[in-house]
Amino acid sequence: MDAFESIKVTFFQECDEQLAELENGLMALEAGDGDGEVINAVFRAVHSVKGGAGAFGYEDLVKFAHTFETALDLMRSGKLAIDADAVRVMLRASDVLADLVHAARDGGSVDQERCDTLAEELTLLASGESKPAAMLEPEEEEDSFGFTPLQIALDDTPAPSGRWRIKFKPHQALYAKGNDPLFLLREVARLGECEIEMDADGVPSLDALDPDGSYLSWTVYLDGEKAESDIRDIFDFVESDCDLVIDREGAAPKPVVEIVPPVAATPAVAAPRAVAPARAEPEHRDEAEPGKAAASAGGASASAPPAATIRVDLERVDRLIDLVGELVINQAMLAQRVGETGAVERSSSVALGLDELEQLTRELQDSVMAIRAQPVKSVFQRMPRLVREIATATGKQVRLVMEGEGTEVDKTVIERLSDPITHMLRNAVDHGLEGPDERIDAGKPAEGTIKLAALHRSGRIVIEVSDDGRGINRERVRAKAIEKGLISPDVPMSDEEIDNIIFLPGFSTASAISDISGRGVGMDVVKRSIQALGGRISITSQPGRGSTFTLSLPLTLAVLDGMVVTSAEQTLIAPLTTIIETLQPKDGEVHRMGPNRAVLSVRDSFVPLIDVGVSLGFHETPTSPTDGVILLVESEGGGRAALLVDAIQGQRQVVIKSLEANYQRVEGVAAATILGDGRVALILDVDGLVAQRAADNRTSDPIPLAKAG
Amino acid sequence: MTKRILTVDDSRMMREMLLLVLKEAGFDVVQAEDGEHGVEVLEQHGADVIITDINMPKLDGFGFIERVRAGQSHRATPILVLSTESEAAKKQRARDAGATGWIVKPFDAVKLVDAIRRVSA
Repeated sequence: MDAFESIKVTFFQECDEQLAELENGLMALEAGDGDGEVINAVFRAVHSVKGGAGAFGYEDLVKFAHTFETALDLMRSGKLAIDADAVRVMLRASDVLADLVHAARDGGSVDQERCDTLAEELTLLASGESKPAAMLEPEEEEDSFGFTPLQIALDDTPAPSGRWRIKFKPHQALYAKGNDPLFLLREVARLGECEIEMDADGVPSLDALDPDGSYLSWTVYLDGEKAESDIRDIFDFVESDCDLVIDREGAAPKPVVEIVPPVAATPAVAAPRAVAPARAEPEHRDEAEPGKAAASAGGASASAPPAATIRVDLERVDRLIDLVGELVINQAMLAQRVGETGAVERSSSVALGLDELEQLTRELQDSVMAIRAQPVKSVFQRMPRLVREIATATGKQVRLVMEGEGTEVDKTVIERLSDPITHMLRNAVDHGLEGPDERIDAGKPAEGTIKLAALHRSGRIVIEVSDDGRGINRERVRAKAIEKGLISPDVPMSDEEIDNIIFLPGFSTASAISDISGRGVGMDVVKRSIQALGGRISITSQPGRGSTFTLSLPLTLAVLDGMVVTSAEQTLIAPLTTIIETLQPKDGEVHRMGPNRAVLSVRDSFVPLIDVGVSLGFHETPTSPTDGVILLVESEGGGRAALLVDAIQGQRQVVIKSLEANYQRVEGVAAATILGDGRVALILDVDGLVAQRAADNRTSDPIPLAKAG
Repeated sequence: MTKRILTVDDSRMMREMLLLVLKEAGFDVVQAEDGEHGVEVLEQHGADVIITDINMPKLDGFGFIERVRAGQSHRATPILVLSTESEAAKKQRARDAGATGWIVKPFDAVKLVDAIRRVSA
């Protein structure tokens, strides 16, 4: 990628930041808690996008941003009221601006009609008050360097009669603004052969000299072939800070308001060169000036100010994470081998060194994972727009409240959050919320509220989408599920189970397939994609009061704290976060429920017993519960189960290796890992096992269970 | 001697672009991301020419120029404004603050370098 392309990449990254800033600012204004600084920030965001777009020649983008900016500028200067209607137009304009940015980046096209409509609305907003909207129209093209475009009446006189005579007398202000007659005269000299006279008569004696005063003036005679505009251009931006007369040698001087001999001319800079007349060398730049020499005495290239962040290719970070993963495995293998030799005392320096190595490895791993951790904000910030659009399409009034945007999670997880959240929000607006009339009839405010929240809970990230809508119509859902043959009519179901029917494949309650949710992708697909990531999703609902989707995912897809267990001579890993406690069942605690099933009584409640070895098909003959160990686990849906295994080996952090990427998906297994001794161990999908058991409850597949005791 | 240019712009893209162009032209470049930062960087590293944006958070371009002019060390250092705006009133305001010149964004690399050469030794 060449430098220009890489700057372009930066531009688009920055655009995304600016667009987010813009949207956040506008939403703050909409909520009524925006002050002057917010408006300034919003203005700057649009201004910045416009500036960059101009540099890359994205004309459409510049044009729209300009219109937008004009309206914002009026708002900024208090000429346009910050009312709900205006802000709403601007929010939609920010969506169009985002579209234009993305079209510029990806080469797509935008909805031109929408773009034009918004541009019109903005213009209308801007013209609604006294100033015309054209106020900010860029002025005509001009010299890139001038303060003011010069209107030069070109001399009509045919052939140039004589040399140009340029009388130039700087004011003190010219020096005060960092200009230097030397450079101006040098520019003139670059035009062609010239003769320069300096008038140093005004220089007072040293004791009367103001070091900042202006005492000198010059007269330049220049080859008459040159155009007057070329000369004017040089003095363009200092014109108001000097007396300038340009005429032909021998011609009568044009009347000029001469300022009464100002005390004279020049700061330290030009004074030493009081030689007149002098022939200016076309290139004359090595003359050091006292002030500047000191300024640049710093010498070697001083680096840019220290940056608080650096940008690194994700690939490099991933490679680092892979390597650290290998290191963790190696460290575990080393520890195990040293342990196996039996020759090392627990308190020996080798053992202590190994402990330290383990500690360091773990810290290293945590630190490396932290590099890839990012706030969920990047996903959340795309959602307000989505909700606005769905709300518009469905004619509902929706307010989106977001919480916990700063919650951090591994980048790989973040990328996969977007689709499920999008779906849940679509569902919440489309199915969850009622229309304004229905809401008012139900005694609710016309505007529905949807909350999108992120939080950390026991080593996982939890995303909640809740609405204050009508809740799930359980009767309808159940009837529909029976009608579609998804469930059996005779099976009694709890409210929670009915609610979660919406995750069954092929289920959709919307009577007419709406444009929003009915795109052939149902909640079942969402559920499956989340499960593939080791995540869980569930819904709770209160009729008439709303529903809450809860989605949880591991914080990282790279490592896992696990309990190493044995079942049917296989080494397995159970995710530690799912385990509530481990226990050794006694005879009386296992109750057979029919021929194939058993439950375990744990204190006051009963939990289904799952023989892991049988569930995964390692053996046909179930283990006797009293010979094994029970892992009491809790699934995301809140369901508990007792996993029966042969023995517990210990606890360990393991590096997750995807089974799907390397082999294929296996029911009841979430992923695999490599143990210290080099063997591959499977990581249990606790939710999967629990769900499988629950499903078995409804079907008649026999699950053999050993007689208790 | 290599001349040092201070660029003050809140847009990272614009800073990168200026860096590219100015390095290519053989200048030494120091950068700041707003007016306040610009004052700090100037105190720390100094500069022979300053290029500043107008619309910036914290301290905008006008304020920045005024601060530089009010100090001793760089009151005569050329300051070029680089802005998307080209309104006469804004230019006048910049000039009143003490700006040496005004360049309209998007800038042309050759013209920019030429502009710098026009205001510096």
